Amino acid sequence: MNASLLLDVQGVSKYFGGLRANEDISFQVNRGQILSIIGPNGAGKSTLFNCITGFHHPDKGRVLFKGLDITNWKPHTIGKLGVVRTFQITQVISDMTALENVMTGGFLRHVRVKDVRLNAEEVLAFTGLNAKKNYNAQALSVSDKKRLEVSMALAMEPELLMLDESMAGLTPVELKDMIELIRKVRTKGIAIVVVEHVMEAVMELSDRVLVLNSGRRIAEGSPKEVVADREVIRAYLGDRYHAVCP
Amino acid sequence: MVGMGALTGKQLALGGAALALAIILPPFMSPFGQHVLILTCIFAMCGVAWNIMGGYAGMFSFGQAAFFGIGAYTSSFLLLTFHVSPWIGLVAGGMISAVVAAAIGYPCSKLRGHYFAIASIAFAEIVRISFNNWEMVGAAEGLTIPMGKGGLANFVFNTSKLPYCYIIMIFLLLALAVGRLVSTSKMGYYFRAIKESHEIAQVLGVDVVRYRLYAIMISAFLTSMAGTFYAQYILYIDPASMMTLAISVQIVLVAMLGGANTVLGPVVGAAILVPFSEYSRAWVGYKGTGFDMIIYGALITIISMYRPNGVWEAITELVRREK
Repeated sequence: MNASLLLDVQGVSKYFGGLRANEDISFQVNRGQILSIIGPNGAGKSTLFNCITGFHHPDKGRVLFKGLDITNWKPHTIGKLGVVRTFQITQVISDMTALENVMTGGFLRHVRVKDVRLNAEEVLAFTGLNAKKNYNAQALSVSDKKRLEVSMALAMEPELLMLDESMAGLTPVELKDMIELIRKVRTKGIAIVVVEHVMEAVMELSDRVLVLNSGRRIAEGSPKEVVADREVIRAYLGDRYHAVCP
Repeated sequence: MVGMGALTGKQLALGGAALALAIILPPFMSPFGQHVLILTCIFAMCGVAWNIMGGYAGMFSFGQAAFFGIGAYTSSFLLLTFHVSPWIGLVAGGMISAVVAAAIGYPCSKLRGHYFAIASIAFAEIVRISFNNWEMVGAAEGLTIPMGKGGLANFVFNTSKLPYCYIIMIFLLLALAVGRLVSTSKMGYYFRAIKESHEIAQVLGVDVVRYRLYAIMISAFLTSMAGTFYAQYILYIDPASMMTLAISVQIVLVAMLGGANTVLGPVVGAAILVPFSEYSRAWVGYKGTGFDMIIYGALITIISMYRPNGVWEAITELVRREK
């Protein structure tokens, strides 16, 4: 087996009644790699995320992490194993400070409260939120909340970080900072899967891009390859524009 | 979050002073005053216990009276039938309550908010009606605990309320210590994550089902201890006075109006509500007009209007302004 292989998704399908959310989707992520999952609304990106992180159980197919079959594991045990996600709608614990939010994640890896606090402070210094560590999480701006979510995930010391639209709704400057942060996270050797609509970020960050449409995988490759792909253009722009594209 | 981190010197000094007052004052109080103090401590303890599941973990139980009753019935039944010391009954009751709590908590694992509250009411009513019809434990007539020989070993004091005062204060301190320990530990952080949302807790690696059970079981054990104490104090228990919804609601009120999600809030809540309720009943209640309940209702309305987060918040704000 390939030693650098981290996540191996094999033919995952998920149906909601008659609705095909995911059908026979396979892809792999290696250590330290950044993979983007893109696709029009309703393509099945979030469902795929949920299937990998244990929030949904796929109807068919398997999810392997470091060779372990985690297909029907519960979310919290998958987190313990080293796969940590964020949510499309930012979720932080509102009656805690930023530091306490990060500490909550850190209890997974440290026993003593003192160690957890020290570690959380290190993480906040890394993500650039240290100055706001005593702010109530609810009082943070949208971009700081997203940064906090990443911090909480990092405190859990993941090997694979899954970010669900971490760049949505950011100003151009905030977007640049977030891209910077994700690059920095990668230098720690953490693999990252992002679901993203912001193409600027996708083009700049990704090693590889996976494109979904109507629950099916329609393309995979380097960012340059997929934006030139006919199927991808058709999915995004429709047949009429597809005809005039080169 | 209030009450996190190490205690400051000032907090220790204030706590010490309060403790000293609590030790010195009771002998100088009238028997009725002592009775009110005991009731206040009982409800404070139940409020602290409720707070662990309701305030920290967000599970709004309106069924605490069931655990209060199970505690009282276990120790009394063991004493009457097998002559087991109420001190052992105290622990046995706590354990039975915790097991019952887990048994009802597990199927309710996915219930949140109002739905959990409704389930808790239903549970407590089922327990009350069962005891009301259960011949072995006296059914609706209840159980009378014999006076017997007084003394600490028998958990009965015939001549003075004073020992009861001190015992319940020690119980309350124990509950507060548990509450604080939970609040500042991993468990407290996990409870608050669960309160925010099950999804975020799961992502953070929290076994939601298990930690919810921890919260319910700790809460049930402490509430049950208060129930055993109550039985040994009043020496008569029956479902109509121990297990009613009114008691469950009173416990929630004490915690909410005092300050849910704080360690000391429920104590403040009990210290305001219980004496107010008892004295208003003593002064105007006997007239049979329900006037005492009107005053009590007005107090609750005023607190919920002006201090929806509890009186404790107002106190901490005052202290902060002083600095």
